[in-house]
Amino acid sequence: MSSKKLNLKDKYHLLTRDLEWEFSYRDRKEIFQQEEFEGIKITDWSKWDDPFRLTMDSYWKYQAEKEKKLYAIFDAFAQNNGQQNVTDARYVNAIKLFLTGVSPLEYAAFSGFAHVGRQFGGVGARVACQMQSLDELRHVQTQIHAMSHYNKHFDGFQDFAHMHDRVWYLSVPKSFFDDARSAGPFEFMVAIGFSFEYVLTNLLFVPFMSGAAFNGDMATVTFGFSAQSDEARHMTLGLEIIKFMLEQHPDNVPIVQRWINKWLWRGYRVLTLVAMMMDYMLPNKVMSWQESFEVYFEEAAGSLFKDLARYGIEMPDYAADAIAEKEHLSHQAWSIFYNYGHAAAFHTWMPTEKEMDWLSEKYPNSFDKYYRPRFEKWREMEEAGERFYNPTLPMLCQTCQIPMGFTDMENPTITSYRQSVFDGERYNFCSNGCKDIFDYEPEKYVQAWLPVHQIYQGNCGGADMEDVLGDYYKMNLGSDNLDFHGSPDEARWNSWHNLEPAEDKLKKAS
Amino acid sequence: MAVAAITENYVGERLDRVENFHGNQVLYVGWDNHLMFCAPVAFALPPETPFSKLLEEVLPGAFSLHPEFDQIDWGKAQWLLNGEAFTPRQDATLAEQGIDHKSILRLATPGLDGIKGSGS
Repeated sequence: MSSKKLNLKDKYHLLTRDLEWEFSYRDRKEIFQQEEFEGIKITDWSKWDDPFRLTMDSYWKYQAEKEKKLYAIFDAFAQNNGQQNVTDARYVNAIKLFLTGVSPLEYAAFSGFAHVGRQFGGVGARVACQMQSLDELRHVQTQIHAMSHYNKHFDGFQDFAHMHDRVWYLSVPKSFFDDARSAGPFEFMVAIGFSFEYVLTNLLFVPFMSGAAFNGDMATVTFGFSAQSDEARHMTLGLEIIKFMLEQHPDNVPIVQRWINKWLWRGYRVLTLVAMMMDYMLPNKVMSWQESFEVYFEEAAGSLFKDLARYGIEMPDYAADAIAEKEHLSHQAWSIFYNYGHAAAFHTWMPTEKEMDWLSEKYPNSFDKYYRPRFEKWREMEEAGERFYNPTLPMLCQTCQIPMGFTDMENPTITSYRQSVFDGERYNFCSNGCKDIFDYEPEKYVQAWLPVHQIYQGNCGGADMEDVLGDYYKMNLGSDNLDFHGSPDEARWNSWHNLEPAEDKLKKAS
Repeated sequence: MAVAAITENYVGERLDRVENFHGNQVLYVGWDNHLMFCAPVAFALPPETPFSKLLEEVLPGAFSLHPEFDQIDWGKAQWLLNGEAFTPRQDATLAEQGIDHKSILRLATPGLDGIKGSGS
């Protein structure tokens, strides 16, 4: 018996590639039923170049060590009352948005990668997807643990998973992932592996994690660092699948191009939430959305698409639409949430004078002209005791499901409207990107569960909005929702720091 | 191919068929250059609703918080129905003048340009 120690390469092959066996009594097509219906042609799976050489035993060992350190920091954060050391209680609302909007996507990614990790005919791709699936499951768990401490001290965290499935604005990230998971395995990989994890990930994670670092949130920063090595692996997998498909057959090129066009637009629309988080929800700003977009999208994606040009892949047309919106996106998004702050499970507020000046400086072409007058009017109404809430439910885009708050970039005060008629029924959209996605696969998007329409159909509980928000969404009305000013969150924060609300100060002075 | 699917001739369930709205239809109304209301709003109304009722009862509930709402001269208001110029008949119902399920009505009020002329 030989006791020879295997070298890394042999070990990797034995523990991954060589787990494959020849199918002797079943047809491959029967085993991998989803490999062909999307039109992608794979001629030789052995050409798959494993993006990372990781075996299960080293995976467990490495991740266990990482998580031990991570949980030690969570403990320290909790024992030191870390929740009191963030910059301001308003910051915590960014974390509420993350836990309800983003963390459940990690879980959806786990399920999606587990699924495609069964469907691909090549063992290398299957193993890589299964590893990523485990990463995603760990990420949702560690995020929930990182943020659970805040749940003891702030409102709005308690029912994040329930809310993700029901609440109107959470249908935006949820439907994005449902769209990807109900696609075929190759489209899923372009949607999530490539567009989301490779092209757009820096626009999502860097702002949240630097936002946490800039605002004293050690728990979230530490999670971010811990996930970084996994994310690097995910990026290489995303790029490998694209190159593999493009190299396998020229017929794959137009299909992949269409998916890239679609998923960069879908992903960009989801990132609307990040835009407003950066410009409005962080008391200490990292950089503006526009600056971040220029660095992480315009520059990074620009050079990526230069690399992909040799395969015949071009920058999506919609990139120009996204670039055109960069001076408006965050302001329009915050306007939506301020309008419907009574129906959100986090707090909204008007920026302070100083914050408005920062916005004017960062957005010299748009903020003072289009948004400051609106915000000053809202602030005036709040000061008069009539904080503005929109009394009517908004129109939603059929594809991205975001309220139709985006405007025509050639005429930024006019709503952008697009419409299609399919099978005798009208469908409405916010943009060319969202309309084209519907027009190509209408049988998919006619099924969209649009929260506003569901409320009007009576599928979300009682007759009035309080029933929908309280019973169906499970929001604690009066504490989870409404303006930050006057909220129990604000009152607790003030009592920890012996601060007085501005109103009380005024009363004492008079 | 209206969808890439593993089943042939896949047909999706139309979730927003007018029959699902219990006698109502959905109507969207957007007021151009008044983005204090961040997006067009959605109403569920019976197709038999007269246009005059939309103007007198429904729209005030949606838009009267805007300081310019009281200044609207309804005689001069301009309308687009699903992107086409439209002259409403006050006494006719939505259905009678072609305002069908999930139609968009755009209201323009020339001379009223939103808060401090900002289009808000």
